[in-house]
Amino acid sequence: MTYTKRLDGRKFDETREIEAKVGVVKNADGSALFRFGDTIAIAAVYGPKALHPQHLRDPERCVLRCNYDMLSFSVAERKKPGPTRRSQEISKVTEWALSPVIDLENYSNTVIDVHITVLQANASTRCAGINAAAMALANAGVSMKELVSSVSIGKIDRKKVVDLSKEEEDYEEGEGATDIPLGFTKSGDICLMQLDGKIRAEELKEVIRTGKKACKEIYEIQKKALEAVGEEI
Amino acid sequence: MKISNLTKDRIREFLAEGKRFDGRKPLDFRKIEIETGVSKFAEGSVRVKIGDTEVVAGVKLDVTEPYPDSEDEGTLITTVELLPLSSPKYEPGPPRIEAIELARIVDRGIRESGLIDFSKLCIEKGEKVYGVFVDIYSINDAGNLIDASCLAAVSALQIARMPKYDAKKEKVKHGEFTSETLPLTKAAPITVTFYKIGNKILVDPTEEEDEASDGRVSIALSKKTGKKEDILINAVQKGKTGTFKEEELFKIIDLAVEKAEELEEAIKIK
Amino acid sequence: MSVDKKTVKQKSEETETEKIEVKRKITIPGEKIVSGRDFLPGEGTIREGEDIVARRFGLADISGRLVKIIPLSGTYIPRTGNIVIGRVEDVTFNGWIIDLKAPYSSFLSLSECSRYIKGDLTEYYNIGDILVCKVFSIRNKSIDLTIKGRGLGKLERGQIIYINSNKVPRVIGREGSMIRIIKQETGCEITVGQNGVVWILGNKIEDELRAKEAISFIVSKSYIEGLTDKVQDFFKNKKEEK
Repeated sequence: MTYTKRLDGRKFDETREIEAKVGVVKNADGSALFRFGDTIAIAAVYGPKALHPQHLRDPERCVLRCNYDMLSFSVAERKKPGPTRRSQEISKVTEWALSPVIDLENYSNTVIDVHITVLQANASTRCAGINAAAMALANAGVSMKELVSSVSIGKIDRKKVVDLSKEEEDYEEGEGATDIPLGFTKSGDICLMQLDGKIRAEELKEVIRTGKKACKEIYEIQKKALEAVGEEI
Repeated sequence: MKISNLTKDRIREFLAEGKRFDGRKPLDFRKIEIETGVSKFAEGSVRVKIGDTEVVAGVKLDVTEPYPDSEDEGTLITTVELLPLSSPKYEPGPPRIEAIELARIVDRGIRESGLIDFSKLCIEKGEKVYGVFVDIYSINDAGNLIDASCLAAVSALQIARMPKYDAKKEKVKHGEFTSETLPLTKAAPITVTFYKIGNKILVDPTEEEDEASDGRVSIALSKKTGKKEDILINAVQKGKTGTFKEEELFKIIDLAVEKAEELEEAIKIK
Repeated sequence: MSVDKKTVKQKSEETETEKIEVKRKITIPGEKIVSGRDFLPGEGTIREGEDIVARRFGLADISGRLVKIIPLSGTYIPRTGNIVIGRVEDVTFNGWIIDLKAPYSSFLSLSECSRYIKGDLTEYYNIGDILVCKVFSIRNKSIDLTIKGRGLGKLERGQIIYINSNKVPRVIGREGSMIRIIKQETGCEITVGQNGVVWILGNKIEDELRAKEAISFIVSKSYIEGLTDKVQDFFKNKKEEK
């Protein structure tokens, strides 16, 4: 096993420093910031509101539109402004991660827009985005069953790690790096899962168990950030 | 909600007494805050707040080909994105005309002031130069994005550092910076946009005041040597459908010179 | 979760019945508020087995057996009978389309207008006009408004400000007590729409500005105890500032 110590010295089940704050975009109905180490994402929610054009409306439920993007200077090599195939895919999996907890049937014929912007990127951007979006939806007073929490679990060579950094994503020795972004509802259901790399079936099950545990800790931080709103009232 | 007729009228009634809805005088700016280093992978990045309006700007450099008519000069590309998260009025999609116009106004101010010494951004004449990318994003639109964007762009350039260059590979080492600042001159442009409501002129409008106004004029000024006597107007843009009388425009030109001085004093980089 | 119960002595202007009020706690969706079959799940909550669980972000409020969430945020969801203030967006052949800052479109039909309308509808209410209406019915998520009734009609002069619709009850106060204080102290006419659109008209600019500040103050401090006293202090301080 080549990966015996993490590149930044963290414990294998330790996330980077987390920061969570609610109410960061005044114009929005709800908003939040979530940070994993050097990865910072902000999310703003607008809605439920009227959906135009009319033919896009769903008479049975609210349309949830997620839009993920990164600032051009959020990464070391400038990313040209505008959507990419990657950002479109992330937007979609984000929508799928959040939909199960929102009472969409309460808001038929309307739309809820969730906008996620990555201010600074060092891996796990979609996870930070989902964590921010879940807080922003609650902050916006949307009727929802519970929050969603997300983290990336990695298999670096044969070691399982929590919250990959970009350096770890680029690790090439041994079996290399396998990146697994996961999302769990508070009650423990998996609402986000993606993987790319090489992993054995039993290892993957371990990863899922580890992810669930890590997300429980992340949930407590999201909860605290929302409760902090009370101190300002 | 779009602005109502009665609010439009009330804004004018208040202005007739030199007052605004938030208690400001017509030529008062809201509180300006500048925060540096908001995104560590940028050569330079800045967050500017004017009242509740918030924008972030970042500077990135890369190796690029020079333009054929300026073979030994670096290049500048300015982009503005009006993010949907900053206001319910922006939808995701390609840049709207508002974003395009804004980017071009910011670009002209920087270019014509001579803030960047492009001749010092040459790596190999005719082959390789540094391209400077200034990208500005709205985070919360509460009015006056033009002045906030110009301020953010210039501040980001002022604190930016040159990236490390790999001479062998002839490429920039992305994410690795030197302690050297960009080759800038003293001519930092300041933009002030004047809005006209009825026959009153004001600056730094809230969104409502912007909606109630018929016309605006943005003026970018800079001082080549940093001395007041050398103040020059580098860019002007008249926007919206309303027109200006000659006396109004002359008054605005004088006010621009005054306001640029005031703003320079007021700007504190944190 | 243990429930702190304390009996709060209300001010004399409020109702005589003593309410057992719980120190309100911010609750996030998915969190348990109380346990027990006796409790009834009110607005913003749902029963999950033994527990009453929050379904919305806000302050958990337990009054007797009823458990509900007092929302702090969220877009306006219209209810029949609400008095609302809206802007005319468009004029059709038989009525006006009104923007209430709600997720659904609203319509004021000609037949719900108290005046005998002849000819061009825009002569009565035109695009950009502000109207005080009542929500008369909600069908298929579209809202029907009426302008027949006392206090309803077109608003002239003054200005419009927007507050979150969930803060409206606080701005109005118990039986209008809070809004009365603001009106008395500033001499302004104020109409608060349930949809969070507020109209203010003062004799002097300073009066309108002070009324706005007072409303902002209430909105920012909406759920602290003794708000009425704090608002009265706010006005006292303003007078001393002069």
